[in-house]
Amino acid sequence: MSHENQPLIFELTKEGRVGYNLEPLDVPEVDLEELLPAGYIREEAAELPEVSELDIMRHYTALSRRNHGVDSGFYPLGSCTMKYNPKINENVARYNGFANIHPLQDEETVQGAMELLYDLQQSLVEITGMDEVTLQPAAGAHGEWTALMMIRAFHEANGEGHRNKVIVPDSAHGTNPASATVAGFETITVKSNEDGLVDLEDLRRVVGEDTAALMLTNPNTLGLFEENILEMAEIIHSVGGKVYYDGANLNAVMSKARPGDMGFDCVHLNLHKTFTGPHGGGGPGSGPVGVKADLIPYLPKPVLVKTEEGKYHFDYKRPQSIGRVKPYYGNFGINVRAYTYIRTMGPDGLKAVTEYAVLNANYMMRRLEEYFDLPYNRHCKHEFVLSGRRQKKLGVRTLDIAKRLLDFGYHPPTVYFPLNVEEGIMIEPTETESKETLDAFCDAMIQIAKEAEATPEIVQEAPHTTVISRLDETRAARTPVLRYTKQA
Amino acid sequence: MKHRYLPMTEQDQKEMLETIGVSSIDELFSDIPEKVRFQGLYNIKEAKSEAALAKELTALAAKNADTTNNVSFLGAGVYNHYKPVIVDHVISRSEFYTAYTPYQPEISQGELQAIFEFQTMIAELTGMDLANSSMYDGGTALAEAGMLAAGHTKRKKLLVSGTVHPEYKDVVTTYAYGQSIEVVTVPTKDGVTDMEALKGLIDDQTAAVIVQYPNFYGQIEDLKTIGEITHDQKGLFIVSANPLALGVLTPPGKLGADIVAGDAQPFGIAENFGGPHCGFFAVTTKLMRKVPGRLVGETVDQEGRRGYVLTLQAREQHIRRDKATSNICSNQALLALAASVAMTALGKEGMREMAKQNIMKTRYAKNAFEAAGFPVAFQGAHFNEIVVKTNKSVTEINKGLLEKGIIGGFDLGRVDPEMANHALIAVTELRTKEEIDALVAEMGALQ
Repeated sequence: MSHENQPLIFELTKEGRVGYNLEPLDVPEVDLEELLPAGYIREEAAELPEVSELDIMRHYTALSRRNHGVDSGFYPLGSCTMKYNPKINENVARYNGFANIHPLQDEETVQGAMELLYDLQQSLVEITGMDEVTLQPAAGAHGEWTALMMIRAFHEANGEGHRNKVIVPDSAHGTNPASATVAGFETITVKSNEDGLVDLEDLRRVVGEDTAALMLTNPNTLGLFEENILEMAEIIHSVGGKVYYDGANLNAVMSKARPGDMGFDCVHLNLHKTFTGPHGGGGPGSGPVGVKADLIPYLPKPVLVKTEEGKYHFDYKRPQSIGRVKPYYGNFGINVRAYTYIRTMGPDGLKAVTEYAVLNANYMMRRLEEYFDLPYNRHCKHEFVLSGRRQKKLGVRTLDIAKRLLDFGYHPPTVYFPLNVEEGIMIEPTETESKETLDAFCDAMIQIAKEAEATPEIVQEAPHTTVISRLDETRAARTPVLRYTKQA
Repeated sequence: MKHRYLPMTEQDQKEMLETIGVSSIDELFSDIPEKVRFQGLYNIKEAKSEAALAKELTALAAKNADTTNNVSFLGAGVYNHYKPVIVDHVISRSEFYTAYTPYQPEISQGELQAIFEFQTMIAELTGMDLANSSMYDGGTALAEAGMLAAGHTKRKKLLVSGTVHPEYKDVVTTYAYGQSIEVVTVPTKDGVTDMEALKGLIDDQTAAVIVQYPNFYGQIEDLKTIGEITHDQKGLFIVSANPLALGVLTPPGKLGADIVAGDAQPFGIAENFGGPHCGFFAVTTKLMRKVPGRLVGETVDQEGRRGYVLTLQAREQHIRRDKATSNICSNQALLALAASVAMTALGKEGMREMAKQNIMKTRYAKNAFEAAGFPVAFQGAHFNEIVVKTNKSVTEINKGLLEKGIIGGFDLGRVDPEMANHALIAVTELRTKEEIDALVAEMGALQ
């Protein structure tokens, strides 16, 4: 990584430099005053950079050298499925006939794109065991909200608009309760039991005639399969609620168990996790939603269908639809990448993906269990959660362990999540990492565990090798500086 | 199984199973109850080799009429603009595109600084105090603006101008339903918001007034007056803006806007059949702590060196859960990077020049249409779109145009039956005088 501090692009500016080139105007130019009303012509130009093309490339190349991606090194960030992002996906998404088509072109002129989307929908129907899929939601949280809005519409259509409670486990992703709020529901938390699974007694206690839905990740955020899933679904269904599958952890169960066969009524997937859409530094994602038959009428508009003549068509005639959740048809470019991936893997490949992801996680868990506390000691699925409480007693916090891993060139695991594990360290290796990589990471973790005992200050003061040391986050929040301002 | 993405060998597998203490991978799935166990393989297409798949998908892509081999006059929210070639070179650097959200600032300074620069550029263009790190797209950004306004004012009504992009308005309506917020459409007059109607509709229960700038018909709304009417009732003034137009138009921040949302797609982002694009969200300082999504702030490290971190996270879902300001988690960071590179390439001068070319070329097209006998529906000031009245179905005309290699304007009849036989024609800086002349001539011949 580059240790050179990189100035802001605004600090590299020199008046008069340009980095663009437009064709000279080939139509008459008139004064803007003649065309725009008084008061609507910008007086001061926006303070944008003035730099040459090489300046721009050097700037962003320097920034890229201060950033860690999956291609830079191992990225075992639990719950985020940081697997390899295949390069053919990037090429296909840039094909002229995919990248340079307009969403409002006549359907006749974009049948190729619609065919791809339809085929992706059908593949996801099979993978999830649902009856229909919409590709519109832009990301996982957007998918959660979309599905909850459909559940709400379903209850209202059945004269049960009073159902205003969504149940989420205490180990759930933060987006679950947040999405429930945005969809107009109140959240009720259900406890986990000592095995790390949803406490059935507590679930029975919180359900009632106001239950709209249960949101569940399976395997859960501890990486454990909710064995009682059928019983849980039955508890919810028996009071008239719907069961929602948060597909963030689908990488753990492909070809092993489908949400549609586990009693779930709807599901969202994160195509940027399981299906290799790159994370892009935070986005874009794609969060398709699959539903069982009784929720189909409420799918967001438009619904992509195949006509009897074999044409693809966006159907807007959906009177019970929740409406539109996004302009146009979703993050098409990410859907193209996911489709390319599914076609690259095929049925055998997707099965192997899950098997190797789970094998890798269990292997690492067993290599590390001697050195860190393992609160839930059973086979995990695609990820597992260690506790740093043993190290905490030595004065070394999980945050310190995470920072120390940076010195070894690794992106740290997810830390302090899920909330029901003290000093949690959540590790998800994925299937695209080799045994050598897993071993080297485990060796680093073991070394850090030993350092915590012998030389804790090395861990407490980490990182030692990064381009910057720990940052003052309190200052950032107390006196926010959210933009550059040109000095007069 | 052997696959180029899967490094597992038989030897690896054997050693790993031994360490775990099980005899097969299947045992690791023994916790999945028999009853829900999926048997066999998915019924999906068999895998294809890299070369064979590339060949197949190249052919599939070629089935679509693209805006590179055809001359496009289609806009309506998504535009065919100059994309500096360097944009794709920067966003193809895998340190950026294969990274996750920059939660570990020590190894994410590149991404964090790039976002900080994006926030600055958007704040500059919109004339607002600050901007966030991006939203999914212009439509959901606008919906989030409406939700913020309702939460902030504790009021339950949004007035949305009839000149706002219909798909954006639909998205606002869906979000509003979730929050039990009423959405009222303000009627349109001569292609802009009807001021008298607005005055009649607004009251002390109005959380916000939402307008678009330039509006869906390409017209320039009188933001100053609308802002005053809104503030008289203590509502928030929300503007959905085309950021390129702000190269020449007075920024909404100078005209009373409290929130400016929009889409940065005009900056180096391909049409992509509607996504991914890049929503942005800019506000005044007083709304800073209510902003949805991620914010990057400047700070220092232990040695006093300047650095960047995600900040004000107490607003966000991973901390506040059901009390968060929004449920947004993933955003459009890579597209924000693309837009930053394009904004940097255009720079201070280019932004203005490109915006101006859009106005001049659209003016040329307007005159050419009128000279050819086509009425242009609205005569107010425009940016890069005009509404041309035809005497037959726009969709039919467009079929004829496509045979000549032209992608025609948007058929407004698709969203408003009263606007049947009206084409929304977008003319960007990429369209040449010859192409505009050809469009007018072909449309003349087709009707």
